[in-house]
Amino acid sequence: MEKKANKKLKVLAIIAIIAVLAVLISKLVPDIDREAGFAISLLYEFELFGQTLHLTSTHVSLTIVTVVLIVLAVIVNKKVMRMDDEETPGTLVNIFELAVEAADNMVRGTMGRHAVRFRNYIATVMLFALFCNISSIWGLRPPTADYGVTLAMGLITFFLIHINGIKAQGASHFTSLFKPILLSPINIIGEVATPLSLSLRLFGNVLSGTVMMGLIYGLVAPPITTGIPAILHVYFDLFSGCIQAYVFCMLTMVYITDKIGD
Amino acid sequence: MNQVTGQDFINAMSAVGAGIAMIAGIGPGIGQGYAAGQAAAAVGRNPGAKSDITSTMLLGQAVAETTGLYGFAVAIILMFVKPFK
Repeated sequence: MEKKANKKLKVLAIIAIIAVLAVLISKLVPDIDREAGFAISLLYEFELFGQTLHLTSTHVSLTIVTVVLIVLAVIVNKKVMRMDDEETPGTLVNIFELAVEAADNMVRGTMGRHAVRFRNYIATVMLFALFCNISSIWGLRPPTADYGVTLAMGLITFFLIHINGIKAQGASHFTSLFKPILLSPINIIGEVATPLSLSLRLFGNVLSGTVMMGLIYGLVAPPITTGIPAILHVYFDLFSGCIQAYVFCMLTMVYITDKIGD
Repeated sequence: MNQVTGQDFINAMSAVGAGIAMIAGIGPGIGQGYAAGQAAAAVGRNPGAKSDITSTMLLGQAVAETTGLYGFAVAIILMFVKPFK
């Protein structure tokens, strides 16, 4: 019993020391003009073929996310290729086996017998969106909080839907739009709105998290911004990011399955 | 007293408009709460189907959230992109 009480006392003392230090440090720092930093920042500007092109923080975080994904893929691929049948897989390989199995089950549950054709693409998009969304935990500006990135993902889904629809249904893919002739404008608008709503959903969710964290870091006094935002990061980055990556993949699968039939 | 220029008025009205646009958050709030309540009731009736119910609920909630996000996008555009100059 005494040992437990001692431990609690020690933890409390450490927390008190950290709090006192935070207050002292915040007193030492002069009052600077605080600013909420959630906008895309311009890093470099150059001219190419008569057009001004901008390199922004989005490009930097996109590059970092892509490099991390590629490095992980190469490492896991080498480890899996070298493995014997009797060898027990390590932590990393285990995690990725779990992830691949979960993605396989998810795609098979929604797409049925077409799962084999789409699981690679869906798993890729899932990993990319997930790593982009949670990259703000490491202090990057999430690339999916830039409409250019999410619109590209939405357009890929749009073309996937219609190419697969034409493959599966032929000419009736287009004629079914005009089936009740009175409803044809609504049908056509509905088809155009699909990539827009998909991309705006991902963009808006991630951007709202970024704006909230930017407001908290930029406008709240320094002692409160040490430690406490961790809880908010769990909600705005981890929870929201995972849910949105899942939803994006799920909706992509639902729309494609709607066109090619189960 | 300084003179209020036209640009000042436009900036102020943009901020007011951004605030009004966020009223759109009411709808998704009601919708998501209703979905979560129904999901809780469903889990109470059939605890074995908890994972299926959760994934269906999250998907429906994410779709219901879209209208609120349109309002958020309009508010962000009014505040930071400033289309009226």
